[in-house]
Amino acid sequence: MIVRAPEKRELEVAGNRPLEEVLAELGINPETVVVVRGEELLTRDTRVREEDTIEVISAISGGHGALP
Amino acid sequence: MRCRKCTQNAQVELRRHGLALCAAHYLEWFEAQTARAIRRHKMIREGDRVLVAISGGKDSLALWEVLTRLGYEATGLHIQLGIGEYSERAYEVTTRFARERGLPLIVVDLAESYGLGVPELSLATGRVACSGCGLSKRYLMNEVAREEGFNVVATGHNLDDEAAVLLGNVLRWQTDALPRQGPVLPEREGLARRIKPFYLFTEREVASYALLRRIAYQHEECPNATGAKSLLYKEALNRLEERMPGTKQAFLEQFLKKIQPILAEGLGAQEVALKECERCGAPTTGETCAFCRLWDQAYRRAKKRKLLPESRAFEPRPRARRVAPEEG
Repeated sequence: MIVRAPEKRELEVAGNRPLEEVLAELGINPETVVVVRGEELLTRDTRVREEDTIEVISAISGGHGALP
Repeated sequence: MRCRKCTQNAQVELRRHGLALCAAHYLEWFEAQTARAIRRHKMIREGDRVLVAISGGKDSLALWEVLTRLGYEATGLHIQLGIGEYSERAYEVTTRFARERGLPLIVVDLAESYGLGVPELSLATGRVACSGCGLSKRYLMNEVAREEGFNVVATGHNLDDEAAVLLGNVLRWQTDALPRQGPVLPEREGLARRIKPFYLFTEREVASYALLRRIAYQHEECPNATGAKSLLYKEALNRLEERMPGTKQAFLEQFLKKIQPILAEGLGAQEVALKECERCGAPTTGETCAFCRLWDQAYRRAKKRKLLPESRAFEPRPRARRVAPEEG
């Protein structure tokens, strides 16, 4: 399956397992991202398929003095 | 997993609440929780005029969306910082959002008002970009509110932002800052009430809301944020959160409830009397406010470096322009 990770990285990883395992393999803390498949947000227990393309969107912003 | 409220597939899991929700129920929950925070802390009262600070990121646009959906009339304030293409895109995203929803927006362009954007300000003062930027934004939020008759300034600060600030203050035991942190900073003479309706939502929860509501927000980060300490604090807290759901919320809420009152009392924290800045009239504890001091220094150095013409004098008053919904 294809993972579109933050910073425009595109990775090929094994599918047919829970999303949680994919994130663990990539060293991504699930608390810091939202994962999208098409129009749908995925919870960490979702089984991702071999033919899926998922997008990992970083939820963390920082460094702004006062305005989020 | 299934939605707690219906049989649909859950799209957002809230581990610290033992909750998972489908898209429709999540949006409903998020808006109801915001309304609850506003009520609980009396953030917005009858007759208040609300200015909401808009950067173009997920938090501020989501906040403007929710306030509007809850029936509050909130005017946006976007400060154009002049950080290259990043700021240009932030402006585009913000004006498009306002235009599509017919919402009133005020824009202050730093370079237009003062002749220098954030990068030139940093160069002229020799201070890191974030310091002049943060100070200028806080000042302008309050000044625009004062001049345009708003008594409330809302910002999109979320739980991660607030917990990271608290951690930073605790690590150094910043006894000056700790008593002042909170979801509401009350109105004082010349200072608008500062409110943070999203202070109990994690960053992931706000991002989930923005994505499910199809809000086109700016995904890219400010180039100056790289390596910011706040990001390190957030990372540390999220490692704890992953192992112990609820850590961030307990850390912040229990501090506000149990520790801050004792701290304030023990320190005999008294409100320092505010005077009017002799340059611009803004509230300050000294003779001249930090904003005027910063920009005075920047002007002196910028002229030496030929970034500004010798004839240009520093005028503190910002040039605020109203972007009508059909412009931008």
